[in-house]
Amino acid sequence: MPDLLIELFSEEIPARMQAKAASDLQRLVTDGLVEAGLTYSGAGAFSTPRRLALSVEGLTAESPDTREERKGPKVGAPEKAIEGFCRGAGIARETLEARDTGKGEVYFAVIEKPGRKAAEIIAEVLEDAIRNFPWPKSMRWGSGSLKWVRPLHSIICILSDEAGADVVAVDIDGIKSGDNTQGHRFMAPDAFSVTSFDDYESKLKRAKVILRADERADMIWSEASNQAFAAGLELVEDKGLLAEVSGLVEWPVVLMGTIADDFLGLPPEVLTASMKEHQKFFSVRDKTGQVVRFVTVANRETKDHGETILAGNQKVLFARLSDAKFFWENDLRIAKTGGAEWLNALGNVTFHNKLGTVAELVNRMAALSADVAPLVNADASEAAAAARFAKADLSSEMIYEFPDLQGLMGRYYAKEAGLSDAIAAAAQDHYSPLGPSDDVPTAPVSVSVALAEKIDKLTGFWAIDEKPTGSKDPFALRRAALGVIRLVLENDLRLNLDRFIDAQLVRQKFKVEDSLTNDEVNELVELIAKHGVFGAAYRTMKDVWGKSDKVLSDGFGALEQSVPDKSVELLAFFHDRLKVYLRDEGISHDVIDASLAMPGNDDLLLLVNRAEALAAFLKTDDGENLIQGFKRANNILSQAEEKDGVEYSFGADIKFAETDEEKALFAALDAADAKIAPAMEAEDFAAAMSAMADLRKPIDAFFETVQINADSDLLRRNRLNLLHRIRTICLSVADLRKLAG
Amino acid sequence: MSDTPRSFQEIILRLQAYWAAKGCAIMQPYDMEVGAGTFHPATTLRSLGNVPWAAAYVQPSRRPTDGRYGENPNRLQHYYQYQVLIKPSPPDLQALYLGSLQAIGIDMEMHDIRFVEDDWESPTLGAWGLGWEVWCDGMEVSQFTYFQQVGGHDCHPVSGELTYGLERLAMYVLGVDHVMDMPFNDPDAPIPLSYGDVFKQAEQEYSRFNFDIADTEILLKHFEDAEKECAAILSHEQIDPKTGHKIVMAQPAYDQAIKASHLFNLLDARGVISVTERQAYIGRVRTLSKLCADAFVQTAAGGAA
Repeated sequence: MPDLLIELFSEEIPARMQAKAASDLQRLVTDGLVEAGLTYSGAGAFSTPRRLALSVEGLTAESPDTREERKGPKVGAPEKAIEGFCRGAGIARETLEARDTGKGEVYFAVIEKPGRKAAEIIAEVLEDAIRNFPWPKSMRWGSGSLKWVRPLHSIICILSDEAGADVVAVDIDGIKSGDNTQGHRFMAPDAFSVTSFDDYESKLKRAKVILRADERADMIWSEASNQAFAAGLELVEDKGLLAEVSGLVEWPVVLMGTIADDFLGLPPEVLTASMKEHQKFFSVRDKTGQVVRFVTVANRETKDHGETILAGNQKVLFARLSDAKFFWENDLRIAKTGGAEWLNALGNVTFHNKLGTVAELVNRMAALSADVAPLVNADASEAAAAARFAKADLSSEMIYEFPDLQGLMGRYYAKEAGLSDAIAAAAQDHYSPLGPSDDVPTAPVSVSVALAEKIDKLTGFWAIDEKPTGSKDPFALRRAALGVIRLVLENDLRLNLDRFIDAQLVRQKFKVEDSLTNDEVNELVELIAKHGVFGAAYRTMKDVWGKSDKVLSDGFGALEQSVPDKSVELLAFFHDRLKVYLRDEGISHDVIDASLAMPGNDDLLLLVNRAEALAAFLKTDDGENLIQGFKRANNILSQAEEKDGVEYSFGADIKFAETDEEKALFAALDAADAKIAPAMEAEDFAAAMSAMADLRKPIDAFFETVQINADSDLLRRNRLNLLHRIRTICLSVADLRKLAG
Repeated sequence: MSDTPRSFQEIILRLQAYWAAKGCAIMQPYDMEVGAGTFHPATTLRSLGNVPWAAAYVQPSRRPTDGRYGENPNRLQHYYQYQVLIKPSPPDLQALYLGSLQAIGIDMEMHDIRFVEDDWESPTLGAWGLGWEVWCDGMEVSQFTYFQQVGGHDCHPVSGELTYGLERLAMYVLGVDHVMDMPFNDPDAPIPLSYGDVFKQAEQEYSRFNFDIADTEILLKHFEDAEKECAAILSHEQIDPKTGHKIVMAQPAYDQAIKASHLFNLLDARGVISVTERQAYIGRVRTLSKLCADAFVQTAAGGAA
């Protein structure tokens, strides 16, 4: 069985595209071969900066003959139909066979396809793969129209077996296949021919090309680690950088260089960012964590063992770090004066054209951060100050140069500005959590600002109707909502979101509604804090202003509808995100719905505590059975209520209880009541549910022995009223009617 | 092994000689203020259409925002680019390019040359291409681009463009740490001149002017004038009533586009263009570039029959 070797040799392929390109080549070619009837035993794809290679082993030498029969029109059918059928089947009219099918004579086409040589198939499949290659970006060159990631220069396409190797002839816009390639661009540029994959890989190695990216990565990592270790230092791990650097070299040579003392005062993150982004250097740190050296990976050996190359790299780094130091020192100067210059500059930066500048954003965040502070045990004025400084670094030169360092630089600058450690931490941490696995801040001031940042963002985009739809969420609002959820839950925060959503919507509306005044916003927000809800605050303010000589603006009037509407929508969005979050924690949809239906559902911690208790309860034997008992009681009661057109809520009387079981249920309900009410008061859902579980046996026994629809109307009514007590008690814990099954 | 050049101008002269030997027309800088060598009509306009072309030239380039009063070791508001444009791009363009590095004294046996992905896009020219930045020992020494589109037109055939940042490259080759210390002419010349002797004062003067003095109202007015003039030039009949010939005035119009682009850069340096306005200005310059490209492809040099 022959083996296939393909190499597509081109000018330098971007490092980030190489791995996927290799696997795309493998997929396109092997799928094509299989589709054409060939089989193979194994395949592997490889990439270097200048080549994609594919090895397919144990390929069948030819595809099998195939025979297919197709049933066509009846004999005597219109000639057009018969012709069409022949055309479709790709056979001549005279080869049609007429056969009796029992329902008359019908034409059959017998399509026989002889097997094809592997080489013929490969040539087609490869050409197809090259012409339709899924590069993220491709280009033309010279006068041609072929597209490739960069100019394609040569193609190896050979089939080899014990007898030797044959070139599979392919000609793509003048690029003819052969068995030739080249080694390292500088160290071994001569062309050479190959006879098989093993021959190819070993000749490449002799020509200073390591074909396998993982081998190059291993070489780089182990050599760099060894050099760092030998100097008593440690290489800073960076898998992304390692993969990228492996795609920039065919023959990796690791060189470790020093960082001039002038720069060791820079924050290590700045050193690392500067070295990585511009130079693709690895960082090497000492035992204290200070970055003191770098590792660069050259693509060649030299007579001077890389001395010239290293000196050049060090020089470039010197210039880069001089820039970074220049930015850092300028920034420090501004930071030491408190950063007022930066904060002013934020007034010129648009956050969103309908939501104003970043300076306006910061003011809203500061107000909300102060509101939230007492509930997270933060000092309100410190929380506000932290929010005001949180975006200052966005104006700094360092962030202009290295946007990824936002927040982190803010922390450094806050310290220089003489602000508290808590404020400095918040400057960095208020962006968190960014993703589902990102750490959640726990320091109170950081939590205040982080909540303020996210709630402000959500209310802002809700206020201007820029909500996520389907897969589109350009402002990452889902992530912001999940961030709020995680901040609340992981810090065990008790807070009623409604109040903060309402207040912040009012602040957002100040920007959106033309006529709304600052005074109106301030007073209304204060009233919301006092009343805890928008509606009462709004009415109070309308009353008070109505009695004075102050005139409310049209913008104020517009709030009456819009704030409650948006608030309800946004809370529902939080609930949706919470469902997704809890589903991942193993709590099912209906359990959450049963908890959501209870009052206080804007208190996410309370909501989750209830849902978790309910989920745990449902896992117990008593729980499951109690739900059945509840449902039975509820169904019977509901039907009776509907039929009789009354509500049976008069209170059942034990003196009409006939059987022991009925009496026992009365007693059990009294006992449960006595336990559940105080447990609910204390928000101890587990205790409440455990008390509810005690009802299971009495309810089961009651249903087993007592007939609800008794002949006596008095008894029937009393029993329905008793069912009503079951319903009331159970529904006080969660809306069990929402549970599935 | 090539011997090492001794001055900034020797590097320029060697590049000129090298590319002349490879068959390029050695052109002179365009006589207008531009942000990069690409703006020279020998690149932008000549990359359009199917007429073969090969040119190389030095282009003084201005980036007002990069002014540092001559203090920064490698940032300048005025600097030189060396530009090569060959259409269609020859198959051995990479090798030709590496030859030029050898010509200026970079020994391939001792240095680490790398082609690192860098896609080029000029929003004001409505142009893009794919290629690399070329690294020598970790330093970017050139941009290497295969033009795919210019002025909104697909490039057929494709031009290969090489751009060398001359000061940076020369500093590296000459082993100089501060651009102002770099020998401009031969250090043993009767009157040796450094880069600083030639340009330091100009850097100071232009830095002050660009950042603080340039009259933004005048600049804005000039921008609008250039914009108007560009469109006006192209609105004329293609047949010249005086000569009776078809004379499309693509190049005079393009001069106005170049002006608008530079005025925009100056306004940007003055900090009077907000983030949102910025996009709008870029769009206005791009519109001009496209108009000029549309006109050029109707001329003989642009491949019109």
